[in-house]
Amino acid sequence: MEKVLEMRQISKDYSGNKVLKGVNLSVRAGEIHALVGENGAGKSTLMNVLFGMPVIHSTGGYQGDILINGAVTEIKSPKVAMDCGIGMVHQEFMLLPNFTVAENIKLNREPLKDNPLSKIAGSSLKTVDRAKMVSDSRKALDSLGIGIDDGALVSGMPVGHMQFVEIAREIDKENLKVLVFDEPTAVLTESEADVLLDAVKRLAARGIGILFITHRLDEVFTVADSITVLRDGEQIASMARKDTTIVEIAKLMVGHTVEACERCGNKTDENTPLAISMKNFSVAMPGERVRGLNLDVRKGEIIGIGGLAGQGKIGVANGLMGMFPAQGEVLLHGEPLKLNDPLGSIQRKMAFVSEDRRGVGLLLDVSIETNIVIAAMQVWNRYLNPFLGLRMTDQKAIRAHALEMIKLFDIRCIGPGQHTRRLSGGNQQKVCIARALALDPTVLLVSEPTRGIDIGAKKLVLDFLVKLNEEQGMTIVITSSELAELRSVCDRIAIVYGGKTMGIYKPDDPDEVFGLAMAGTDPEIGRGK
Amino acid sequence: MKTLKKLSLLDLVKKNSVPLLFLILGLLGWMASGQPLPMLLQEVIYRLSRNLILVLSLIVPITAGMGLNFALVIGAMAGQFGLVFIKALNMGGVGGVGMSMLFALPLAILFGIGCGAILNRAKGKEMITGLILGFFANGLYQLVLLAGVGTIIPIKNPEIVLAAGVGLRNSMELNLINYSLDRLIPFKVIINNWPVWVPIATFMLIGLIAFAIHFLQRTKLGQNFRAVGQDKHISEVAGIHVDRTRMIAMIISTVLAAWGQIIFMQNIGKMQTYFSHEQVGLFSAAAILIGGATITKANFGNAIVGTLLFHLLFIVSPLAGKNLFGDAQIGEYFRSFIAYGVIAVAIVMYAMKKARADKAESADSMVE
Repeated sequence: MEKVLEMRQISKDYSGNKVLKGVNLSVRAGEIHALVGENGAGKSTLMNVLFGMPVIHSTGGYQGDILINGAVTEIKSPKVAMDCGIGMVHQEFMLLPNFTVAENIKLNREPLKDNPLSKIAGSSLKTVDRAKMVSDSRKALDSLGIGIDDGALVSGMPVGHMQFVEIAREIDKENLKVLVFDEPTAVLTESEADVLLDAVKRLAARGIGILFITHRLDEVFTVADSITVLRDGEQIASMARKDTTIVEIAKLMVGHTVEACERCGNKTDENTPLAISMKNFSVAMPGERVRGLNLDVRKGEIIGIGGLAGQGKIGVANGLMGMFPAQGEVLLHGEPLKLNDPLGSIQRKMAFVSEDRRGVGLLLDVSIETNIVIAAMQVWNRYLNPFLGLRMTDQKAIRAHALEMIKLFDIRCIGPGQHTRRLSGGNQQKVCIARALALDPTVLLVSEPTRGIDIGAKKLVLDFLVKLNEEQGMTIVITSSELAELRSVCDRIAIVYGGKTMGIYKPDDPDEVFGLAMAGTDPEIGRGK
Repeated sequence: MKTLKKLSLLDLVKKNSVPLLFLILGLLGWMASGQPLPMLLQEVIYRLSRNLILVLSLIVPITAGMGLNFALVIGAMAGQFGLVFIKALNMGGVGGVGMSMLFALPLAILFGIGCGAILNRAKGKEMITGLILGFFANGLYQLVLLAGVGTIIPIKNPEIVLAAGVGLRNSMELNLINYSLDRLIPFKVIINNWPVWVPIATFMLIGLIAFAIHFLQRTKLGQNFRAVGQDKHISEVAGIHVDRTRMIAMIISTVLAAWGQIIFMQNIGKMQTYFSHEQVGLFSAAAILIGGATITKANFGNAIVGTLLFHLLFIVSPLAGKNLFGDAQIGEYFRSFIAYGVIAVAIVMYAMKKARADKAESADSMVE
């Protein structure tokens, strides 16, 4: 069958930073082509290129050719993409809540009727033909085999139905040739996902080329005809489904070779007392929801929490510290922890280095020294002198402590009085850690410790965490998107998927184990296949 | 249609709690004021006819998600320019009203484009921007009429120009057009030997404008207003020109405000050159909110009921104040208190509703 879409040697850089390096991709009519890869592998950038998103064209465009039905086409805007017959089912629904299903399906493509005024004043004054709107929508919904009421409002609908409204909108476009699904099953329940996958097959059977972006590898193997793997902006492999296995794909997706961590893994065992025990723990952190997670953190270990973005790993530490509404049962050193109480969490000797360094982590227009001691002043009344019934800051003690920390962490600054806004990312992170330590924690929660900081600072921060753990026996929970980093310092690594613990793995477990776990497939089952 | 569900009385009360509250307040006020019914009726009818177009002009921007258009004041200024124009040429009667509307039209379109352009740069803060924009435009308006007239703008009519020949007088008699539309089709009802005039022609014009807005809402443009009003980003992705749509909404609102102000003045018969427009935005906004509108949803019913109730309160409160507390000032205080209060409450209620919805959403996600 002919290729409806072909992308040749697509490259894209954002101010010198190459995010796509010569990717080739082609979709035939009626083919389901899966595009898989970790976060940051370049999937979304590739789709933004295909859809002509402004973010691509305001940053210098892309290199390479896009061919639609064999003809080179320059896709300058989403409008052009739509006119070429490219449809997209977005990960975040593009639906208007107070419009009916039919109004949403026909959004900005409403069937219009002439009226006396529109003949003079132009087409924008044509009357909307509601009857035709409903009948067209009905047709699109029926062809998907779904019985949604076309007159119902979208607000309050189950997400599964919303997804179908999105798809119905795309297939209602008469010239549709390629339909892109961006993580379509991420928000669906299992049975909803099954219905969706059926609908995808049905669409392909009608001769539409399907590009299916997902990280659920089991789905890929259920529906896809061919698979392309991206990693770090490079096209690692393209193959037919029948020529590969789920394990191979998982391995290709992760693909980092890491030197084994020698000292890791032997410090603790099943008999070690627990520092934190989470049971049925849920956190309502938007975009990183935790849904009934169970996880035990052993005393004196470094445990890593990994997983793909949006799966909830970031929510765990935020929930423990009371930053977002949380519920469930949490024991800290065997005693119940009161949730949704940030002060209480700190008083129980937990300290948190937030992933949102500039938003939550630092007071940007305040000096380094104040940043380091402010939490300790507030919580433990340290660095304060009583004076006539008031508590005055003890500048001398603060300065001395700050100088000590600056030396210890090698914070590059003009002096302890410098505002933290002007520090580099790495030095800001060091200030954050210094502040957490000023709280005298027994458990340290560190999220994304090395995000956006240079290699030198990265090593210093990680080495310091290891030192804290080894010399002071501090329990450390590191949440990170960089699996390689976790594997280089952690004793155990928990992979969070769908807001739950997928499993706990050893840092020297093979690559595919992590690849499968992050993709939501139990590695044991995956390896068994 | 399946809207014919069982409507329980309690639901009905709950849904219309704001208008009901004001109805009760108004009726109590009326009883306290001791005003005779025909007199009250006459006042209510006049106020309805002269304010309704101004209030209707709020509907389109609300639908387009721009909130209460406090920049209505700027439209009113355009209307007053129109009145100055016919006054300078000494035109009167219905023809004069028509001419002033015609003259105000291009000005209002121009002002609407200006406001739209500015509000498009202040998305999400349209109301405060519009309010301040109104204050700022007031300065320009005064400058033009105080320093521009007689120097750049050749208006010489000594009846409206200050003795020095530059600048307009503080107030302007509009007796040439007073009641000219209201009594174009003379119609009065005698109640208890009291003649109650009903401005048929004005109500017909209002009906025409209401029909035009209704028609607009059923067109493609109207559909775009509603889409943009719900979510700018989604509309943009669907290929709707969001900024253009919002600008058209502003233009329509500004033109209607200009015409509304002319109709208003035509009924009053005397224009405070520098002040008549100042409260237009606030009072219209208060009226539509009392009618049960919110800053995201409004219809004709809200406009009519709200105008009726708001002005009922306006009419009775000074007398009620005088009878109850021995001082008309207290009634006066009460009614301006209500005008601002109701706007503040509407905005706070909207914010609270949004916060509640966000909270419910996060609670939902935990149960999942």
